[in-house]
Amino acid sequence: MSIVAEMPSKNFELLSKDGDGELLEIAMGPHHPSTHGVFRMDVVLDGERVVKLKPVFGYLHRNHEKIAEGTTYLGSMPYTDRLDYFCSLTNNWAYALAVEKLAGLQVPERAEYIRVITAELTRLQNHACLMGFLVQDMGASGTPLMYAFREREKILDLFESLTGARMMCNYMRFGGCRCDLPAGWLDGAKKVVAETPRFIDEFEALLAGNEILMARTQNVGAMSRELAINASITGPMLRAAGVNYDLRKVDRYGIYDRFQFKVPLGDHGDTYDRYMVRVLEMRETVKILEQALAGISDGPIIDPKAKLRGFRPKVGEAYGRIEAPKGELGFYLISDGGPNPYRYRVRPPSLINLTVLEDLCLGQLVADVVVILGSVDIVLGEVDR
Amino acid sequence: MDEGLKSELQKQGVFTTTLESLYNWGRLNSVWPLQFGLACCAIEMIATTMARYDLARFGAEVFRPSPRQADLMIVAGTVTKKMAPQVVRLYNQMGEPKYVIAMGACAISGGPFKQGYNVLKGIDRYIPVDVHIPGCPPRPEALIHAFMTLQQKISDQRLTGAQRPRHLNADAQSEFPVPKFGEHDLEPASNADVWSAPAFVR
Repeated sequence: MSIVAEMPSKNFELLSKDGDGELLEIAMGPHHPSTHGVFRMDVVLDGERVVKLKPVFGYLHRNHEKIAEGTTYLGSMPYTDRLDYFCSLTNNWAYALAVEKLAGLQVPERAEYIRVITAELTRLQNHACLMGFLVQDMGASGTPLMYAFREREKILDLFESLTGARMMCNYMRFGGCRCDLPAGWLDGAKKVVAETPRFIDEFEALLAGNEILMARTQNVGAMSRELAINASITGPMLRAAGVNYDLRKVDRYGIYDRFQFKVPLGDHGDTYDRYMVRVLEMRETVKILEQALAGISDGPIIDPKAKLRGFRPKVGEAYGRIEAPKGELGFYLISDGGPNPYRYRVRPPSLINLTVLEDLCLGQLVADVVVILGSVDIVLGEVDR
Repeated sequence: MDEGLKSELQKQGVFTTTLESLYNWGRLNSVWPLQFGLACCAIEMIATTMARYDLARFGAEVFRPSPRQADLMIVAGTVTKKMAPQVVRLYNQMGEPKYVIAMGACAISGGPFKQGYNVLKGIDRYIPVDVHIPGCPPRPEALIHAFMTLQQKISDQRLTGAQRPRHLNADAQSEFPVPKFGEHDLEPASNADVWSAPAFVR
């Protein structure tokens, strides 16, 4: 039996350089504890400084778009859960929004409230986990992540009692939601939301003024306003660079025009700002949740015109987008009148935010690459699809 | 040894055991998994190690980033054809004794993405898998159950004889061929030593 065990040819290579020293090219990933999944960075180093960085994608390419073009509109809903597997409910919403535009469905008020509540809960747990992972990448092994996951479990319990699944909720339907809130769910949600500020305070007291965290993140991976706009960065990364652009304010999709909340902005666009913008965003999310939980009223949860079987939207195209926790998540659909979309395209915020990785990392230390990547907040299911 | 006599001796402060059970007892309580997440299931794997589910109760909280220090590979997530060679290579780099848990529908069979052109239809085509857990993703309790099943499996292993485990058998194969990127697909499409297509029974 012959064993094929040769190493990848370009794993470690010395490149000659005119002038001083030599450059070292290393492959970080696809199996690297910091890359948040299977992602490879080919980094060229001069000493410890990054001279060049090439991201290599595709280790988790699961043919999401191609499968969706061969299945019914509703059949793609469970697949959207698996795009950004931290935030299945916001993925559901973006896809439902695109199909509702295509088919001209109206969402009842109660369903809109449920969507806002579940989406904002998703944002809370995503940001909490992101901060835990970011600090873990800096070497604080375990403890902050345990705090974050403790908070996440409370929210996942709510999702489980509502949808039956912890992570892959598959909850929203075209024109509404799949099932109504179970008895006592709103009280449970109010309790979780009421406890959240205490968690944020505790987490902030633990980390935000921490000397090591500031030294590792301030002035690391700074991104200018112009670069952020030109590279079409969205989400907390864009707002950390000081651009006031939040789709909840710009598009006012759903019922976001009914809620009072602020959009936190950063000054420097560095890793610390990206971290702090998310902390502040969690506080605003708590405000939205309090208003939504107080304002929800009884009523139907799905448009009576919505058809679950034999759903064939008329010929046309639609683009639905929402402010997902990671940025602008959009679905672009072309219908040819059949039961499945002719073209199905996802605009993933993670992938587009990742395109500036080289610009952020050039000239930084190799240890900071890990921190910068953590602050971009990627999920490989969404990057590679 | 007679169980009644063993129990009677224990009351007198004499503990009797076999080398085999002592050896297996030591191994089954110190299984270190490889810190290796592929997709969605990896998040549930991380949740299992956190305070609520606390995998540390089973002596397995030490996730090692290096395959050289790991005993257990939890294949948590979709294995794509681009990633499959690295998964097999990581498995080869682990030292014996080594075990594999295939976590989730994708790692078992390709799961919901089975029809995709880039998705491997189960990691057991290339490496031997000890425990399969279904689910998409499996709950943390399911991973803990898989872990306890693996511990049972370790405790039942014999030190000698034909049934002895691979790491005690000098002739047994410990490394497995890494598939290569062929013109259309991975070559070979499966390792015949560890996997054969299921036979249809009509």
